[in-house]
Amino acid sequence: MDSSTTWEFFVGHVSYWLFIVLMMTGLYIVVAKGNFVKKIVGLNIFQTSVFMLYISIGKVDGGTAPIYPVDLNIDPDVVYSNPLPHVLILTAIVVGIATTALGLALIVRIREEFGSIEEDDIVEIEQGIARDENERYRNATGNRA
Amino acid sequence: MITALAVVRVTSLFATAMFSGVFSLLSAVLFVGLDAVDVAFTEAAVGAGISTVLVLGTLALTSRHEKPSKASPVVPLFVVLVTGAALVYGTMDMPNIGSDTSPAQTHVSPDYLERSVHEIGVPNVVTAILASYRGYDTLGETAVVFTAGIGVLLLISGLRRRREDDNESEEEGGTS
Repeated sequence: MDSSTTWEFFVGHVSYWLFIVLMMTGLYIVVAKGNFVKKIVGLNIFQTSVFMLYISIGKVDGGTAPIYPVDLNIDPDVVYSNPLPHVLILTAIVVGIATTALGLALIVRIREEFGSIEEDDIVEIEQGIARDENERYRNATGNRA
Repeated sequence: MITALAVVRVTSLFATAMFSGVFSLLSAVLFVGLDAVDVAFTEAAVGAGISTVLVLGTLALTSRHEKPSKASPVVPLFVVLVTGAALVYGTMDMPNIGSDTSPAQTHVSPDYLERSVHEIGVPNVVTAILASYRGYDTLGETAVVFTAGIGVLLLISGLRRRREDDNESEEEGGTS
């Protein structure tokens, strides 16, 4: 591969890599952060970068937005970008906000139940509950279990 | 673009919500640059508008600051790096951005662009595809939104009722 094709390959792919970096930042927030609201925001970032990757596939060099003139007289020389990814991502955005809303409602409910929205605290509380239950079970079975 | 996500690591959740709104707006600008004006419109309204409002509402009902996590960040970082490397490896086979001979450009999309004028007669091809050729997607989407709406209502309405129960615990036993 000579240097000009390598350069072309790099320019053609660097935006994909940037989107992947964004995606991984979102994933990192989801995995590493203990706060649930933060996790949801991370999920949103991940999601939006997937949208960017998807939309960038539909881009055509020198193309314009796929909207025709109102009189529907189409100039055959005009290049239009691919409308299909746009349609799919429109659907995905709305589904994304639906999942975000549901997740946030769950957070509100968790906060009401446990008084915290931190993963660490909730794990601790649940371990406490499990310990108590084990204790009760052991007492009820007379230490035979 | 990169700046907006780099600062998402602040510990104040209020700032997090604001930064996610900024991130959505910037991504909307990017979508305009990629010729996806409909998507940019939706992203600005839904991502920067509604979802920021939802996050702020949740913050009002819960707490505003996060505690630093006790777990070490090494394992998540490793997982993220491996996943990212796999994804970058996956892009090696992809066509260059903007190429007009890639599979995405040569499959059904030219058909849509060509036929939607005669068959649908709507200037905006995205609308034509969304409402007609891929109408089932939109039907499924409404089903998802409906389900999510019911879920949210059930979770939140239960909250209000239980709070009232706590306040007037003597008057329980009503309709449930």
